Amino acid sequence: MTRTTSRPRRRREQDPTPSGTEDPEVLLGHYRRMLLVRRFEERAGQEYTRARIGGYCHLNLGEEATVVGLMAALEPTDYVFTSYRDHGYALARGVDPGRVMAELFGRATGVSKGWGGSMHLFDVDTRLLGGYGIVGGQIPLATGAALAVAYRQGTEVVLCHMGDGATNIGAFHESLNLASLWRLPVVYVVVNNELGMGTPVERSSAEPELHRRAAAYRMTGERVDGNDVLAVRDAARRAVERARRGEPTLLETMSGRLRGHSVVDPARYRTPAERDRLAQADPVARLRGQLLAAGVLTEQAAEALDAEVGQVVEAATEFAEHSPHPEVDTLFDHTHATPVPGETRRLPADPLFPEDQ
Amino acid sequence: MVAPAMDRTVKTASATQKLTMAKGLNMGLRAAMEADPKVLVMGEDVGKLGGVYRITDGLQKDFGEQRVLDTPLAESGIVGTAVGLAIRGFRPVCEIQFDGFVFPAFDQIVSQLAKLHFRSQGRVKMPVVIRIPFGGGIGAVEHHSESPESYFAHTAGLRVVSCSNPLDAYWMIQQAIECDDPVIFFEPKRRYHERAQEVDLSVPPQPLFSSRVLRQGSSATLVCYGPMVRTCLDAATAAAEDGIDLEVIDLRTLSPLDLDPVFASVRKTGRLIAVSEAPRESSLTAEIATRVQQECFYSLEAPVLRVTGFDTPYPPSKLEDDFLPDLDRVLHAVDRSLAW
Repeated sequence: MTRTTSRPRRRREQDPTPSGTEDPEVLLGHYRRMLLVRRFEERAGQEYTRARIGGYCHLNLGEEATVVGLMAALEPTDYVFTSYRDHGYALARGVDPGRVMAELFGRATGVSKGWGGSMHLFDVDTRLLGGYGIVGGQIPLATGAALAVAYRQGTEVVLCHMGDGATNIGAFHESLNLASLWRLPVVYVVVNNELGMGTPVERSSAEPELHRRAAAYRMTGERVDGNDVLAVRDAARRAVERARRGEPTLLETMSGRLRGHSVVDPARYRTPAERDRLAQADPVARLRGQLLAAGVLTEQAAEALDAEVGQVVEAATEFAEHSPHPEVDTLFDHTHATPVPGETRRLPADPLFPEDQ
Repeated sequence: MVAPAMDRTVKTASATQKLTMAKGLNMGLRAAMEADPKVLVMGEDVGKLGGVYRITDGLQKDFGEQRVLDTPLAESGIVGTAVGLAIRGFRPVCEIQFDGFVFPAFDQIVSQLAKLHFRSQGRVKMPVVIRIPFGGGIGAVEHHSESPESYFAHTAGLRVVSCSNPLDAYWMIQQAIECDDPVIFFEPKRRYHERAQEVDLSVPPQPLFSSRVLRQGSSATLVCYGPMVRTCLDAATAAAEDGIDLEVIDLRTLSPLDLDPVFASVRKTGRLIAVSEAPRESSLTAEIATRVQQECFYSLEAPVLRVTGFDTPYPPSKLEDDFLPDLDRVLHAVDRSLAW
């Protein structure tokens, strides 16, 4: 039978050599992807304030170790569902940064052809089956995708990412109950940044140690330090292996959010002390320091990596900027999969009666 | 376009048989499951029990617990899970036990089911059918007698249909399952077990998203769907005794609406009465009236009239007969239209 654990957060800060037996190339790969998410998101924030990105824009700043650690635990054939804070997951899943930035810019070259925007990245090729704009909207869908895998007796796993706020919607309960009852190959990951927009998790969840909720479903629950890429990756790997045996997991990663809920949120609810604490825990700076201390990375190599990643983000932004907007005549293209009898596809400026033309 | 299920017409001597609507739906579901192994049936008590109305009776026994899933009481979970199944290529058919129980799943239907084809820009199809027994007339109360079809017809990305007779039930459920778009399938529950009708299963069905003229007439037109079709046909029979010749059109499809036969009818009769159990405000009958006055303005001899439920929550069973449009209310509207 499964069990519920309440592990203390792992502390690797004191460990100057996170590598241990880890291949330096793998460590550098993780670091590069975290850096890419960091620089991409910083740029997205800038482009938003320059009004080149419309709508809302939720950044993974501070979540890089969790993003990269989770994605590193998956096979290319596994499936990912995320919340609206999805840019980093697309990047770490291997989606071209230009196509992600173009989507944020609302351009036709974006992963969702410019129609999805920041919150609805969707890429069938990398099996990223959606960012979802409704809090928790993805949870039952991921459960259904896992049911499809189980039905076909497949070996793929579905990873369902959500924020701490999503654990309070009804569908969270319905889905975890189903997943455990039907032994589905799914890993639910709660990225706990301890704030639902501005409300602390203690003020919205009666059990603020969210991984403990797994007990209600006889499911394994585990909490890890979300600022530690290796801890996240290894915990996710264990969860993925369990999922392949039909044992779902509720994995909670404690991961700070360096900025507000979205780009337009100034996060006035935060105290200076909290900001200091978050800066201290910055996962990108921390890994960089560790890799430098361990000799895996030199200052020179780190600067070269900065420059290289900066180039990638610059190129992605230029690609987005020079990509076309969707044509207005595509407005009706994908509302339905099959033709709609009697559909007029009439735009506002078109004549009321076509025969008057 | 949804191809009519031509290859499933019955060619044997038993092609003509007596069917209730419940039996027609059951046979249609069975035929769809036999034709396509990707069709799954899921819902509360749809397996062992065969559903509250026994529409899925015997399916789990014959197709197994894998394909006919008894789910927990969790509509949001049922529909959301079905969406996930559809993303991975299945064709789930969800049963919502009663009309009013669909609201916990409303978010999944409106926010996910209706929009994923659009959101994926065509790369993911949503061939999900949500079966909803709807309407009153069974002495139940709110949550069990409601007519929520307008909510869904108002949502782009969904198709909404309603069957009114056993033969349509048999074909329409199969056509809905074959459709690559999500279909909300409204079943008039009070007609499930009405007396069986003689039907011929060897005749190919008409396209799913099309309405049908059930009775030709020249005095005025009644347009209706679902449970009100029987009421309107009865009204037409009664009116004929008074020399009033009513045309009756069964809409069958509520989104998209197929109003060309209605326009043609109104150009002939000059009068239209739209009949529905649903409350009146912002309902499908309002949409019909608007489109008819736009298309048939110079043909109308009287304003379009409506006979509907009232703008109240569904009443207790003792008041039900006052709430539901009946033969008298329909005939009264016909008289008003003719006297205009």
